[in-house]
Amino acid sequence: MSLILETPAAAGRPAMQPVAARVASIIKETHDTFTLTIEPPEGDPVAYFQPGQFSMLYDFGVGELPISISGDPERREHLTYTIRSVGQVTYQLVTRKPGESIAIRGPFGSSWPMKEARGKSVLIIAGGIGLAPLRPAIYHVLRHRGDYNRLVVLYGGRSPRDLLYRKEFAAWGMLPDTQALCTVDYGGVSWRGYVGVVTTLLRHVRMQPTETIAMLCGPEIMMRYATRELESRGLPPSQIYLSMERNMKCAVGFCGHCQMGPYFVCKDGPVFPYTKMKPYMDLYEL
Amino acid sequence: MRKKLYRLDRAGLSSLFDVLKQEGYLVYGPTLCDHAIQWLPLSSLDDLPAGWTTSTAPATYRLLRDSAGSLFHYWTGPDSLKKVLHPARACITHAERDNGSFRIWNETPQPVKRAFFGTRACDLAAVTALDRVLLQDRFEDDIYKANRAAAFFVAVHCTSSAPTCFCASTGTGPQARSCFDIALHERSPQEYLAEPGSASGSAALEKLAAPLAPPEWAKELAESCTHAAAAQQRRIDLNTAPVVISLNFDHPRWDHVAKRCLSCGNCTSVCPTCFCVNFEDHTSLDLQQAERLRLWDSCFSQNFTYIHGGSIRLSPKSRYRHWLSHKLARWQEQFGTSGCVGCGRCIAWCPAGIDITEEIAALQTTTHAAAMTGVSNHGN
Amino acid sequence: MATSQVTAALAAHPFLEGLNPNHLEKLAQLAFEVTFEPDQIIFREGDPSSFFYLITSGKVALEIAAPGRFITIQTLTEGDELGWSSLLEQVNKQFRARCIDPVRALAFDGPRVIAACEEDHEFGYMVLRKILAIVADRLTATRLQVVDVYSAKGAHGK
Repeated sequence: MSLILETPAAAGRPAMQPVAARVASIIKETHDTFTLTIEPPEGDPVAYFQPGQFSMLYDFGVGELPISISGDPERREHLTYTIRSVGQVTYQLVTRKPGESIAIRGPFGSSWPMKEARGKSVLIIAGGIGLAPLRPAIYHVLRHRGDYNRLVVLYGGRSPRDLLYRKEFAAWGMLPDTQALCTVDYGGVSWRGYVGVVTTLLRHVRMQPTETIAMLCGPEIMMRYATRELESRGLPPSQIYLSMERNMKCAVGFCGHCQMGPYFVCKDGPVFPYTKMKPYMDLYEL
Repeated sequence: MRKKLYRLDRAGLSSLFDVLKQEGYLVYGPTLCDHAIQWLPLSSLDDLPAGWTTSTAPATYRLLRDSAGSLFHYWTGPDSLKKVLHPARACITHAERDNGSFRIWNETPQPVKRAFFGTRACDLAAVTALDRVLLQDRFEDDIYKANRAAAFFVAVHCTSSAPTCFCASTGTGPQARSCFDIALHERSPQEYLAEPGSASGSAALEKLAAPLAPPEWAKELAESCTHAAAAQQRRIDLNTAPVVISLNFDHPRWDHVAKRCLSCGNCTSVCPTCFCVNFEDHTSLDLQQAERLRLWDSCFSQNFTYIHGGSIRLSPKSRYRHWLSHKLARWQEQFGTSGCVGCGRCIAWCPAGIDITEEIAALQTTTHAAAMTGVSNHGN
Repeated sequence: MATSQVTAALAAHPFLEGLNPNHLEKLAQLAFEVTFEPDQIIFREGDPSSFFYLITSGKVALEIAAPGRFITIQTLTEGDELGWSSLLEQVNKQFRARCIDPVRALAFDGPRVIAACEEDHEFGYMVLRKILAIVADRLTATRLQVVDVYSAKGAHGK
């Protein structure tokens, strides 16, 4: 949406042609989620991404999946992916060892509206693994702090043990003009943070709704309720952006699986202005 | 300057076939195969189903003898050019283990020069639609690109229509108007009008040293096609379809059609524009080699929309609604063309006889005209 | 805290946004300020319902006892209301309320508020509307938690 990107096809490689890349490290984030860093071939267009974009990750003989890039867009020596192990391909990917190879295509899709948000406050609302595709946007704001007003990160997870990037998250909260609040659906006695749905955190947010750009990623149910809440708090729909999830097999609009109304989530999204998504989000089985 | 029109007799037609062969084309044409007329490579024009015609109706396709002995007196069969240009099964990626890592590559598609002898206007419109999807959006499909670049189309105008045809209403037939290299009009089994549509088409015709056709033949052709169009019983209003569909997401007609729809996917596999694919991974027994296959897929399959947690379109109703909405409405928004070319294959090959023209008409008749204008005024 | 201060604190609390001054004054007369220490239990599950609170600062965990542990089902913070069941008759507390931080709140004696509502139905209607809004919010939030949207299997019921 915000930036016009050179596509891999334009960079001279066919859109469906993957490139092999070495796994540099694997970090266990939670009991089922891992952060994988890989080393793209030096100078390869695969490493040039905008916050919110995704790559197609392939593991030998098992299959290919769209995975959001969760690292810093300005550190091109590594590509970072945070992957929740929920199926065969994700399991294979998170059990790779440093030095082994996977193959990647990309980057694909639209990006968070970092340009449109300049001079405004950035409100990030993430649910579950949805924090991963938003992290590059947070890195971008932190790197270009003077370009933005307040940064607020609201994050909802299932339980304390499901929360991603906990140390980093706590550090964001310490930065000037920055709020980072998280809440869980189920907390134990040792959890001293918030318990409740992520929208309940909005009351702690100090920002001017008309001067704010909101970026949302998480389960669709969560995003539906969050957009309603944001609207009721005076945020115009045109200042809300969502990252949608659909079955994406090819990433380039050829497989047809990810269609949502008139859009292909892979090439028109995954990041959409809420104004475009609003007519379709409440249509069951669209 | 007006185009030269040629007059070919049966021998001239065979010479055209030979010229194409000499130019290195593998010539495909309609042939009798498995009790249907299907696209296969021809060894000569004798492979064409001379003296055969077809009869189609909802859930019906029959071969019949045609006493006139025409070469082209039949309409669309179960397959289309999609079968060759956008193959149902293709290996796209290879990978090979190599010292703890692996090599991965896509084969560069080898262009095969293919001529399609006897393509109909609707099928050429379908190729134009696929061009838009697979070549002219933000990415290019390299398999389609290679096949398409090496394709030569010899069209045949339809001077009569099958009961399932509705190309007149979709603006895609019965007369072929673009995308062909040569267009033929079968005036009789012995007499053909040939019109070039491209430089290579002209060049091929020049080689035949055929006589020019009388100018009135073009007029006669146009009249025959007009009659063929007027004879069509089925129609679709593509102008109102997008609005009608957006206004009727919850129309009871979707339940009505869902009771009949078997979710078999026949409509999507016979449709000349349905392009959806899926991917499959295979490994050799020693796990040293792997390949990724690309296969036709259907939005009627339950897993088509699977995301972690479940499928988005679980009910057959929602899958039919998606298919019809995409063909008649979304496609226009996405690609600026219609996804339906009026070939009528989905009507004939639906085992339940579901008729796309009837389904959209049912939605249209219950949509109040005022409501429709209201929506169009909002630019929806 | 003087009544005028209580009135100001009340007026600033989102719960009473848009309240008319007479009703605000009436409520202020029923309110008094309380403070709690971290880990202090404000009420226990099964306690007779007496007070309800408007939290002005700090964080309170609503907990439910499971064998051997407590599960937090919701946290309430400044701007939240705690213990609305005290405005119903004959209902005991459903959860345990434990302070996570130092907590300040305005407390109301349930039976006295009920009596005031009975006496002045217009006032009562306003109080009930405010309570209903809270209950509706709480119910929506709880439903969203029950759906378990972040589950590895996707939302329940799929």
